[in-house]
Amino acid sequence: MSATPTAKEVLVEPLINNNPITLQVLGICSALAVSISMSKTLVMCAAVIFVTGMSNWAVSLIRNYIPLSIRIIVQMVVIASLVIVVDQVLKAVAYDISKSLSVFVGLIITNCIVMGRAEAFAMSNPPWISFLDGVGTAMGYSLLLIAVALIREPLGAGTLMGYPILPVVANGGWYVPNGMLLLSPSAFFIIAGIIWAVRSWKKNQVEAPTYQIAANIQYKGAM
Amino acid sequence: MASFNKDSLGNTIFVAVAVCLVCSVFVAMANVTLKPTHALNKELDQKENILRAAGLLPPGSDVAADGRGIQEIFQDFTVKAVNLDTGEYLDDFDMRGYDAVRMSKSPDNSRALSEDEDTVTIRRRENIGLVYLKEGADGTLEKLVIPVRGYGLWGTLFGYLAIDSDLTTVSGLGFYEHKETPGLGGEVDNPIWKDKWHGVQLFNDSGAPAVKLVKTRSPADSPAAVYEVDALSGATFTTRGVQNLVNFWTGELGYGPLINRLKTPS
Repeated sequence: MSATPTAKEVLVEPLINNNPITLQVLGICSALAVSISMSKTLVMCAAVIFVTGMSNWAVSLIRNYIPLSIRIIVQMVVIASLVIVVDQVLKAVAYDISKSLSVFVGLIITNCIVMGRAEAFAMSNPPWISFLDGVGTAMGYSLLLIAVALIREPLGAGTLMGYPILPVVANGGWYVPNGMLLLSPSAFFIIAGIIWAVRSWKKNQVEAPTYQIAANIQYKGAM
Repeated sequence: MASFNKDSLGNTIFVAVAVCLVCSVFVAMANVTLKPTHALNKELDQKENILRAAGLLPPGSDVAADGRGIQEIFQDFTVKAVNLDTGEYLDDFDMRGYDAVRMSKSPDNSRALSEDEDTVTIRRRENIGLVYLKEGADGTLEKLVIPVRGYGLWGTLFGYLAIDSDLTTVSGLGFYEHKETPGLGGEVDNPIWKDKWHGVQLFNDSGAPAVKLVKTRSPADSPAAVYEVDALSGATFTTRGVQNLVNFWTGELGYGPLINRLKTPS
Protein backbone atom coordinates (compact mmCIF):
# COMPACT_ATOMS: atom_id res chain seq x y z
CA MET A 1 0.00 0.00 0.00
CA SER A 2 1.49 3.35 -1.00
CA ALA A 3 1.74 6.23 1.47
CA THR A 4 -1.21 8.21 0.10
CA PRO A 5 -3.58 5.96 -1.79
CA THR A 6 -5.87 7.66 -4.29
CA ALA A 7 -9.62 7.35 -4.30
CA LYS A 8 -9.50 5.27 -7.44
CA GLU A 9 -6.99 2.89 -5.91
CA VAL A 10 -8.99 2.19 -2.78
CA LEU A 11 -12.19 1.72 -4.77
CA VAL A 12 -10.92 -0.45 -7.61
CA GLU A 13 -8.04 -2.42 -6.14
CA PRO A 14 -10.19 -4.51 -3.73
CA LEU A 15 -12.43 -5.68 -6.58
CA ILE A 16 -9.97 -8.20 -7.99
CA ASN A 17 -6.34 -7.36 -7.24
CA ASN A 18 -6.84 -7.15 -3.49
CA ASN A 19 -10.19 -8.85 -3.06
CA PRO A 20 -10.96 -9.42 0.63
CA ILE A 21 -12.30 -12.91 0.00
CA THR A 22 -10.10 -14.31 -2.75
CA LEU A 23 -6.79 -12.73 -1.75
CA GLN A 24 -7.12 -12.03 1.95
CA VAL A 25 -9.53 -14.94 2.57
CA LEU A 26 -11.60 -12.95 5.05
CA GLY A 27 -15.34 -12.87 5.61
CA ILE A 28 -15.86 -16.44 4.47
CA CYS A 29 -18.41 -17.35 7.15
CA SER A 30 -21.07 -14.92 6.03
CA ALA A 31 -20.24 -15.61 2.38
CA LEU A 32 -21.17 -19.26 2.91
CA ALA A 33 -24.39 -18.50 4.69
CA VAL A 34 -26.03 -15.76 2.67
CA SER A 35 -24.98 -16.58 -0.89
CA ILE A 36 -27.80 -19.13 -1.08
CA SER A 37 -30.12 -16.66 -2.81
CA MET A 38 -29.56 -13.48 -4.74
CA SER A 39 -31.99 -11.30 -2.81
CA LYS A 40 -30.41 -12.24 0.52
CA THR A 41 -26.98 -11.61 -0.97
CA LEU A 42 -27.84 -8.15 -2.26
CA VAL A 43 -29.27 -7.06 1.08
CA MET A 44 -26.28 -8.45 2.93
CA CYS A 45 -23.89 -6.70 0.54
CA ALA A 46 -25.66 -3.38 0.95
CA ALA A 47 -25.47 -3.79 4.72
CA VAL A 48 -21.76 -4.63 4.65
CA ILE A 49 -20.96 -1.74 2.29
CA PHE A 50 -22.75 0.67 4.58
CA VAL A 51 -21.21 -0.67 7.76
CA THR A 52 -17.66 -0.88 6.43
CA GLY A 53 -17.79 2.58 4.87
CA MET A 54 -19.34 4.27 7.88
CA SER A 55 -17.22 2.49 10.47
CA ASN A 56 -14.06 3.36 8.58
CA TRP A 57 -15.18 6.96 8.38
CA ALA A 58 -16.10 7.17 12.07
CA VAL A 59 -12.96 5.42 13.28
CA SER A 60 -10.79 7.60 11.06
CA LEU A 61 -12.54 10.71 12.36
CA ILE A 62 -11.45 10.01 15.92
CA ARG A 63 -8.23 8.16 15.07
CA ASN A 64 -6.02 10.79 16.70
CA TYR A 65 -7.88 10.48 20.00
CA ILE A 66 -8.21 6.69 20.29
CA PRO A 67 -5.79 5.42 22.93
CA LEU A 68 -3.77 2.49 21.65
CA SER A 69 -4.69 0.32 24.60
CA ILE A 70 -8.44 0.34 23.86
CA ARG A 71 -8.44 0.88 20.11
CA ILE A 72 -9.90 -2.52 19.23
CA ILE A 73 -12.73 -2.07 21.72
CA VAL A 74 -13.49 1.40 20.39
CA GLN A 75 -13.61 0.02 16.84
CA MET A 76 -15.90 -2.78 17.98
CA VAL A 77 -18.28 -0.36 19.69
CA VAL A 78 -18.51 1.77 16.56
CA ILE A 79 -19.03 -1.24 14.30
CA ALA A 80 -21.51 -2.91 16.64
CA SER A 81 -23.61 0.25 16.88
CA LEU A 82 -23.73 0.59 13.11
CA VAL A 83 -24.70 -3.04 12.69
CA ILE A 84 -27.49 -2.77 15.25
CA VAL A 85 -28.83 0.29 13.45
CA VAL A 86 -28.72 -1.58 10.13
CA ASP A 87 -30.46 -4.56 11.69
CA GLN A 88 -33.19 -2.36 13.11
CA VAL A 89 -33.73 -0.62 9.79
CA LEU A 90 -33.88 -3.94 7.94
CA LYS A 91 -36.43 -5.28 10.41
CA ALA A 92 -38.56 -2.23 9.72
CA VAL A 93 -38.34 -2.00 5.93
CA ALA A 94 -37.58 -5.54 4.74
CA TYR A 95 -38.97 -7.80 7.42
CA ASP A 96 -39.05 -11.00 5.36
CA ILE A 97 -35.46 -10.70 4.24
CA SER A 98 -34.22 -9.72 7.65
CA LYS A 99 -35.98 -12.77 9.04
CA SER A 100 -34.26 -15.06 6.57
CA LEU A 101 -30.88 -13.39 7.13
CA SER A 102 -31.52 -13.92 10.85
CA VAL A 103 -28.27 -13.80 12.75
CA PHE A 104 -26.04 -12.99 9.81
CA VAL A 105 -26.77 -9.29 9.89
CA GLY A 106 -25.78 -9.26 13.54
CA LEU A 107 -22.69 -11.24 12.69
CA ILE A 108 -21.41 -8.43 10.46
CA ILE A 109 -20.01 -7.19 13.77
CA THR A 110 -17.54 -10.04 13.77
CA ASN A 111 -16.92 -9.92 10.03
CA CYS A 112 -13.16 -9.81 9.81
CA ILE A 113 -13.29 -7.47 6.82
CA VAL A 114 -14.96 -4.64 8.73
CA MET A 115 -12.56 -4.69 11.64
CA GLY A 116 -9.62 -5.43 9.42
CA ARG A 117 -10.21 -2.26 7.44
CA ALA A 118 -10.79 -0.16 10.56
CA GLU A 119 -7.55 -1.37 12.09
CA ALA A 120 -5.40 -1.52 8.95
CA PHE A 121 -6.60 1.53 7.08
CA ALA A 122 -8.86 3.90 8.98
CA MET A 123 -6.55 4.17 12.00
CA SER A 124 -3.88 5.77 9.83
CA ASN A 125 -5.73 7.62 7.05
CA PRO A 126 -8.03 10.66 6.80
CA PRO A 127 -11.83 10.13 6.97
CA TRP A 128 -12.91 10.55 3.33
CA ILE A 129 -10.34 8.18 1.85
CA SER A 130 -11.07 5.73 4.69
CA PHE A 131 -14.74 5.84 3.83
CA LEU A 132 -13.95 5.09 0.20
CA ASP A 133 -11.63 2.29 1.25
CA GLY A 134 -14.38 0.72 3.32
CA VAL A 135 -16.84 0.99 0.45
CA GLY A 136 -14.30 -0.40 -2.02
CA THR A 137 -13.39 -3.36 0.17
CA ALA A 138 -17.01 -4.16 0.85
CA MET A 139 -17.68 -3.97 -2.89
CA GLY A 140 -14.96 -6.52 -3.47
CA TYR A 141 -16.71 -8.74 -0.93
CA SER A 142 -20.05 -8.07 -2.63
CA LEU A 143 -18.70 -8.86 -6.09
CA LEU A 144 -17.62 -12.29 -4.97
CA LEU A 145 -20.81 -12.99 -3.04
CA ILE A 146 -22.90 -12.05 -6.05
CA ALA A 147 -20.82 -14.33 -8.26
CA VAL A 148 -21.35 -17.21 -5.82
CA ALA A 149 -25.08 -16.52 -5.50
CA LEU A 150 -25.32 -16.39 -9.29
CA ILE A 151 -24.17 -20.00 -9.36
CA ARG A 152 -25.88 -21.29 -6.24
CA GLU A 153 -29.41 -20.00 -6.59
CA PRO A 154 -30.16 -21.04 -10.20
CA LEU A 155 -28.50 -24.45 -9.92
CA GLY A 156 -29.68 -25.12 -6.38
CA ALA A 157 -33.25 -23.92 -6.54
CA GLY A 158 -33.86 -23.16 -10.22
CA THR A 159 -34.65 -19.52 -9.44
CA LEU A 160 -32.95 -16.14 -9.50
CA MET A 161 -34.18 -13.41 -7.17
CA GLY A 162 -37.03 -15.83 -6.48
CA TYR A 163 -38.16 -15.93 -10.11
CA PRO A 164 -38.00 -19.36 -11.73
CA ILE A 165 -35.43 -19.55 -14.54
CA LEU A 166 -34.85 -23.30 -14.66
CA PRO A 167 -38.18 -25.14 -14.40
CA VAL A 168 -37.65 -27.69 -11.63
CA VAL A 169 -39.06 -31.20 -11.65
CA ALA A 170 -41.12 -30.61 -8.51
CA ASN A 171 -43.11 -27.99 -10.41
CA GLY A 172 -43.42 -30.05 -13.57
CA GLY A 173 -40.24 -28.86 -15.33
CA TRP A 174 -37.16 -30.77 -16.40
CA TYR A 175 -34.42 -29.50 -14.08
CA VAL A 176 -33.45 -31.63 -11.09
CA PRO A 177 -32.08 -29.12 -8.56
CA ASN A 178 -28.72 -29.86 -7.04
CA GLY A 179 -29.53 -29.86 -3.35
CA MET A 180 -25.89 -29.61 -2.35
CA LEU A 181 -25.76 -26.06 -3.69
CA LEU A 182 -28.32 -25.07 -1.08
CA LEU A 183 -25.99 -26.17 1.69
CA SER A 184 -23.08 -24.10 2.93
CA PRO A 185 -20.23 -26.40 1.83
CA SER A 186 -21.04 -25.78 -1.84
CA ALA A 187 -20.06 -22.13 -1.41
CA PHE A 188 -16.70 -23.36 -0.18
CA PHE A 189 -16.14 -25.25 -3.42
CA ILE A 190 -17.27 -22.33 -5.55
CA ILE A 191 -15.11 -19.83 -3.66
CA ALA A 192 -12.16 -22.18 -3.87
CA GLY A 193 -12.73 -22.51 -7.62
CA ILE A 194 -12.86 -18.74 -8.01
CA ILE A 195 -9.68 -18.30 -5.97
CA TRP A 196 -7.97 -20.87 -8.18
CA ALA A 197 -9.16 -19.16 -11.33
CA VAL A 198 -8.11 -15.69 -10.15
CA ARG A 199 -4.69 -16.88 -9.05
CA SER A 200 -4.09 -18.68 -12.33
CA TRP A 201 -4.89 -15.44 -14.11
CA LYS A 202 -2.98 -13.13 -11.79
CA LYS A 203 0.06 -15.09 -10.81
CA ASN A 204 1.31 -12.45 -8.39
CA GLN A 205 -1.52 -13.39 -5.99
CA VAL A 206 -0.02 -16.81 -5.43
CA GLU A 207 1.48 -16.76 -1.95
CA ALA A 208 5.00 -17.96 -1.42
CA PRO A 209 5.00 -21.04 0.78
CA THR A 210 5.63 -19.99 4.35
CA TYR A 211 7.13 -23.29 5.43
CA GLN A 212 9.00 -26.15 3.88
CA ILE A 213 7.65 -29.66 4.13
CA ALA A 214 10.42 -32.00 5.23
CA ALA A 215 11.25 -34.77 2.81
CA ASN A 216 9.64 -38.15 3.43
CA ILE A 217 11.53 -40.22 5.91
CA GLN A 218 12.47 -43.84 5.48
CA TYR A 219 10.45 -46.23 7.59
CA LYS A 220 13.42 -46.58 9.91
CA GLY A 221 13.33 -42.87 10.53
CA ALA A 222 9.93 -43.14 12.21
CA MET A 223 11.58 -44.42 15.33
CA MET B 1 -0.26 24.11 26.24
CA ALA B 2 1.05 20.73 27.21
CA SER B 3 1.20 18.38 24.30
CA PHE B 4 -1.87 16.14 24.00
CA ASN B 5 -1.20 12.59 25.09
CA LYS B 6 -3.86 10.27 23.68
CA ASP B 7 -2.62 7.33 25.72
CA SER B 8 -2.99 9.01 29.09
CA LEU B 9 -5.30 7.40 31.62
CA GLY B 10 -7.61 10.40 31.54
CA ASN B 11 -7.98 10.34 27.79
CA THR B 12 -8.51 6.58 27.75
CA ILE B 13 -11.42 6.88 30.14
CA PHE B 14 -12.76 9.94 28.36
CA VAL B 15 -12.70 8.28 24.92
CA ALA B 16 -14.25 5.09 26.26
CA VAL B 17 -17.12 6.95 27.90
CA ALA B 18 -17.65 9.35 25.00
CA VAL B 19 -17.71 6.63 22.35
CA CYS B 20 -20.14 4.56 24.39
CA LEU B 21 -22.42 7.54 24.98
CA VAL B 22 -22.53 8.63 21.35
CA CYS B 23 -23.07 5.08 20.10
CA SER B 24 -25.79 4.31 22.62
CA VAL B 25 -27.65 7.45 21.59
CA PHE B 26 -27.60 6.29 17.96
CA VAL B 27 -28.71 2.77 18.79
CA ALA B 28 -31.43 3.96 21.13
CA MET B 29 -32.68 6.44 18.55
CA ALA B 30 -32.91 3.77 15.87
CA ASN B 31 -34.69 1.42 18.22
CA VAL B 32 -37.21 3.92 19.52
CA THR B 33 -38.12 5.42 16.16
CA LEU B 34 -38.50 2.03 14.47
CA LYS B 35 -40.24 0.16 17.28
CA PRO B 36 -43.81 0.75 16.05
CA THR B 37 -42.87 -0.50 12.58
CA HIS B 38 -41.23 -3.59 14.08
CA ALA B 39 -44.32 -4.39 16.11
CA LEU B 40 -46.54 -3.94 13.07
CA ASN B 41 -44.28 -6.13 10.91
CA LYS B 42 -44.30 -8.87 13.51
CA GLU B 43 -48.06 -8.75 13.84
CA LEU B 44 -48.52 -8.77 10.05
CA ASP B 45 -46.14 -11.69 9.79
CA GLN B 46 -48.06 -13.74 12.32
CA LYS B 47 -51.36 -12.95 10.68
CA GLU B 48 -49.95 -13.84 7.30
CA ASN B 49 -48.80 -17.21 8.64
CA ILE B 50 -52.23 -17.93 10.04
CA LEU B 51 -53.95 -16.95 6.80
CA ARG B 52 -51.53 -19.01 4.74
CA ALA B 53 -52.15 -22.07 6.89
CA ALA B 54 -55.87 -21.51 6.51
CA GLY B 55 -55.40 -21.37 2.75
CA LEU B 56 -56.82 -17.87 2.44
CA LEU B 57 -53.79 -16.41 0.68
CA PRO B 58 -52.59 -17.64 -2.72
CA PRO B 59 -48.96 -18.84 -2.62
CA GLY B 60 -46.39 -16.15 -3.38
CA SER B 61 -48.78 -13.28 -2.86
CA ASP B 62 -49.90 -11.34 0.18
CA VAL B 63 -53.17 -10.27 -1.32
CA ALA B 64 -56.17 -12.59 -1.47
CA ALA B 65 -57.92 -13.46 -4.72
CA ASP B 66 -60.53 -10.81 -4.01
CA GLY B 67 -57.88 -8.13 -3.59
CA ARG B 68 -58.13 -7.80 0.18
CA GLY B 69 -54.94 -7.36 2.17
CA ILE B 70 -53.82 -9.31 5.21
CA GLN B 71 -55.24 -6.93 7.80
CA GLU B 72 -58.63 -6.89 6.08
CA ILE B 73 -58.95 -10.65 5.77
CA PHE B 74 -57.84 -11.07 9.32
CA GLN B 75 -60.75 -8.98 10.54
CA ASP B 76 -62.92 -12.04 9.91
CA PHE B 77 -60.98 -13.88 12.58
CA THR B 78 -61.41 -13.73 16.32
CA VAL B 79 -58.69 -14.73 18.72
CA LYS B 80 -59.63 -16.84 21.73
CA ALA B 81 -57.58 -18.01 24.66
CA VAL B 82 -58.16 -21.66 25.45
CA ASN B 83 -57.52 -23.65 28.58
CA LEU B 84 -55.85 -26.66 27.01
CA ASP B 85 -56.82 -29.07 29.79
CA THR B 86 -60.53 -28.39 29.69
CA GLY B 87 -60.93 -26.94 26.21
CA GLU B 88 -62.89 -24.00 27.66
CA TYR B 89 -62.46 -20.46 26.34
CA LEU B 90 -61.05 -17.95 28.80
CA ASP B 91 -63.06 -14.88 27.97
CA ASP B 92 -61.41 -12.38 30.28
CA PHE B 93 -57.85 -13.45 29.47
CA ASP B 94 -55.52 -10.65 28.48
CA MET B 95 -53.82 -12.03 25.39
CA ARG B 96 -51.86 -8.97 24.36
CA GLY B 97 -48.26 -10.04 23.95
CA TYR B 98 -49.06 -13.58 25.11
CA ASP B 99 -46.47 -16.01 23.86
CA ALA B 100 -47.46 -19.63 24.31
CA VAL B 101 -44.01 -20.95 23.47
CA ARG B 102 -42.43 -18.79 26.15
CA MET B 103 -45.11 -19.77 28.64
CA SER B 104 -44.36 -23.44 28.07
CA LYS B 105 -40.97 -22.84 29.66
CA SER B 106 -42.41 -21.48 32.88
CA PRO B 107 -43.35 -24.21 35.39
CA ASP B 108 -46.31 -22.21 36.71
CA ASN B 109 -47.94 -21.86 33.31
CA SER B 110 -47.25 -25.22 31.78
CA ARG B 111 -47.31 -28.90 32.49
CA ALA B 112 -44.42 -31.28 32.07
CA LEU B 113 -44.89 -34.02 29.52
CA SER B 114 -43.83 -37.55 30.31
CA GLU B 115 -41.65 -39.33 27.83
CA ASP B 116 -44.59 -41.29 26.42
CA GLU B 117 -46.75 -38.21 26.06
CA ASP B 118 -44.07 -36.06 24.52
CA THR B 119 -44.12 -37.34 20.96
CA VAL B 120 -43.13 -33.91 19.67
CA THR B 121 -40.13 -33.34 21.97
CA ILE B 122 -41.23 -30.07 23.49
CA ARG B 123 -40.83 -31.25 27.12
CA ARG B 124 -43.45 -28.88 28.54
CA ARG B 125 -46.80 -27.78 27.22
CA GLU B 126 -48.36 -24.42 28.02
CA ASN B 127 -51.66 -24.37 29.92
CA ILE B 128 -53.22 -21.68 27.77
CA GLY B 129 -53.10 -21.47 24.00
CA LEU B 130 -54.46 -19.01 21.48
CA VAL B 131 -56.70 -20.19 18.65
CA TYR B 132 -58.08 -18.24 15.71
CA LEU B 133 -61.69 -18.64 14.69
CA LYS B 134 -63.33 -17.59 11.47
CA GLU B 135 -67.03 -17.27 11.97
CA GLY B 136 -69.74 -16.75 9.40
CA ALA B 137 -72.24 -13.93 9.59
CA ASP B 138 -74.62 -16.08 11.67
CA GLY B 139 -71.92 -17.02 14.18
CA THR B 140 -71.29 -20.55 12.91
CA LEU B 141 -67.71 -21.67 12.88
CA GLU B 142 -66.13 -21.73 9.42
CA LYS B 143 -62.49 -22.37 10.25
CA LEU B 144 -60.48 -23.08 13.36
CA VAL B 145 -56.75 -22.37 13.25
CA ILE B 146 -54.56 -23.87 15.96
CA PRO B 147 -50.84 -23.37 16.52
CA VAL B 148 -48.73 -26.51 16.19
CA ARG B 149 -45.09 -27.22 16.86
CA GLY B 150 -42.80 -30.17 17.20
CA TYR B 151 -39.32 -31.45 16.60
CA GLY B 152 -38.25 -32.43 13.10
CA LEU B 153 -34.67 -33.31 12.27
CA TRP B 154 -32.63 -30.22 13.15
CA GLY B 155 -35.01 -28.23 15.25
CA THR B 156 -38.57 -27.43 16.15
CA LEU B 157 -41.05 -26.71 13.39
CA PHE B 158 -43.56 -23.97 14.19
CA GLY B 159 -46.76 -23.67 12.22
CA TYR B 160 -50.51 -23.44 12.11
CA LEU B 161 -53.11 -26.06 11.30
CA ALA B 162 -56.41 -24.88 9.89
CA ILE B 163 -59.44 -27.10 10.37
CA ASP B 164 -62.74 -26.85 8.51
CA SER B 165 -66.13 -26.23 10.07
CA ASP B 166 -66.75 -29.96 10.64
CA LEU B 167 -63.72 -29.91 12.99
CA THR B 168 -62.39 -33.07 11.36
CA THR B 169 -61.20 -32.05 7.91
CA VAL B 170 -57.88 -30.31 7.45
CA SER B 171 -58.13 -27.07 5.56
CA GLY B 172 -54.41 -26.33 5.53
CA LEU B 173 -51.09 -26.72 7.30
CA GLY B 174 -48.21 -24.32 7.08
CA PHE B 175 -44.95 -23.72 8.92
CA TYR B 176 -43.50 -20.31 9.53
CA GLU B 177 -40.28 -21.36 11.17
CA HIS B 178 -38.16 -24.47 10.86
CA LYS B 179 -34.57 -25.54 10.43
CA GLU B 180 -35.05 -28.54 8.14
CA THR B 181 -32.61 -29.28 5.31
CA PRO B 182 -33.36 -27.21 2.20
CA GLY B 183 -34.53 -29.48 -0.60
CA LEU B 184 -35.33 -32.42 1.71
CA GLY B 185 -37.14 -31.67 4.96
CA GLY B 186 -37.34 -28.06 3.84
CA GLU B 187 -39.95 -29.22 1.34
CA VAL B 188 -42.53 -28.79 4.12
CA ASP B 189 -42.81 -25.35 2.54
CA ASN B 190 -43.50 -26.73 -0.93
CA PRO B 191 -46.96 -25.51 -1.96
CA ILE B 192 -47.65 -28.72 -3.87
CA TRP B 193 -47.06 -30.81 -0.78
CA LYS B 194 -49.03 -28.43 1.39
CA ASP B 195 -51.95 -28.79 -1.01
CA LYS B 196 -52.06 -32.49 -0.24
CA TRP B 197 -53.18 -31.69 3.30
CA HIS B 198 -56.40 -30.21 2.07
CA GLY B 199 -59.27 -32.56 2.94
CA VAL B 200 -57.30 -34.97 5.12
CA GLN B 201 -59.37 -36.38 8.00
CA LEU B 202 -57.86 -35.79 11.44
CA PHE B 203 -59.81 -38.25 13.60
CA ASN B 204 -60.72 -41.89 13.16
CA ASP B 205 -64.11 -43.37 14.06
CA SER B 206 -63.29 -43.52 17.75
CA GLY B 207 -62.26 -39.86 17.73
CA ALA B 208 -58.51 -40.35 18.15
CA PRO B 209 -56.03 -38.42 15.99
CA ALA B 210 -55.15 -40.66 13.08
CA VAL B 211 -53.14 -38.69 10.52
CA LYS B 212 -50.42 -40.77 8.89
CA LEU B 213 -47.63 -39.73 6.54
CA VAL B 214 -47.00 -42.70 4.31
CA LYS B 215 -44.58 -43.84 1.64
CA THR B 216 -47.27 -45.57 -0.41
CA ARG B 217 -50.84 -44.34 -0.32
CA SER B 218 -53.60 -46.84 0.31
CA PRO B 219 -55.99 -47.27 -2.62
CA ALA B 220 -58.26 -44.26 -2.84
CA ASP B 221 -61.37 -46.23 -1.92
CA SER B 222 -59.93 -47.88 1.20
CA PRO B 223 -61.00 -46.42 4.55
CA ALA B 224 -57.39 -45.64 5.52
CA ALA B 225 -56.80 -43.31 2.57
CA VAL B 226 -58.55 -40.31 4.09
CA TYR B 227 -56.03 -40.09 6.94
CA GLU B 228 -52.99 -40.30 4.71
CA VAL B 229 -50.60 -37.72 3.31
CA ASP B 230 -47.53 -38.42 1.19
CA ALA B 231 -44.31 -38.52 3.18
CA LEU B 232 -41.48 -36.24 2.05
CA SER B 233 -38.86 -38.25 0.23
CA GLY B 234 -35.44 -38.17 1.81
CA ALA B 235 -36.82 -36.61 4.98
CA THR B 236 -37.82 -39.44 7.31
CA PHE B 237 -37.31 -37.50 10.51
CA THR B 238 -39.07 -34.39 9.31
CA THR B 239 -41.98 -36.50 8.08
CA ARG B 240 -42.25 -38.30 11.39
CA GLY B 241 -42.05 -34.98 13.21
CA VAL B 242 -44.87 -33.49 11.15
CA GLN B 243 -47.08 -36.55 11.65
CA ASN B 244 -46.46 -36.48 15.39
CA LEU B 245 -47.04 -32.78 15.78
CA VAL B 246 -50.36 -32.84 13.92
CA ASN B 247 -51.57 -35.76 16.02
CA PHE B 248 -50.24 -34.28 19.25
CA TRP B 249 -51.87 -30.88 18.89
CA THR B 250 -55.21 -32.31 17.76
CA GLY B 251 -55.08 -34.90 20.54
CA GLU B 252 -55.89 -35.07 24.24
CA LEU B 253 -52.87 -33.03 25.29
CA GLY B 254 -53.32 -30.43 22.58
CA TYR B 255 -56.52 -28.89 21.35
CA GLY B 256 -58.49 -32.18 21.43
CA PRO B 257 -60.63 -31.07 24.39
CA LEU B 258 -61.53 -27.83 22.61
CA ILE B 259 -62.35 -29.62 19.37
CA ASN B 260 -64.53 -32.17 21.20
CA ARG B 261 -66.31 -29.43 23.08
CA LEU B 262 -67.03 -27.50 19.88
CA LYS B 263 -68.24 -30.66 18.14
CA THR B 264 -70.91 -31.39 20.72
CA PRO B 265 -73.50 -28.63 20.51
CA SER B 266 -74.18 -27.12 23.90
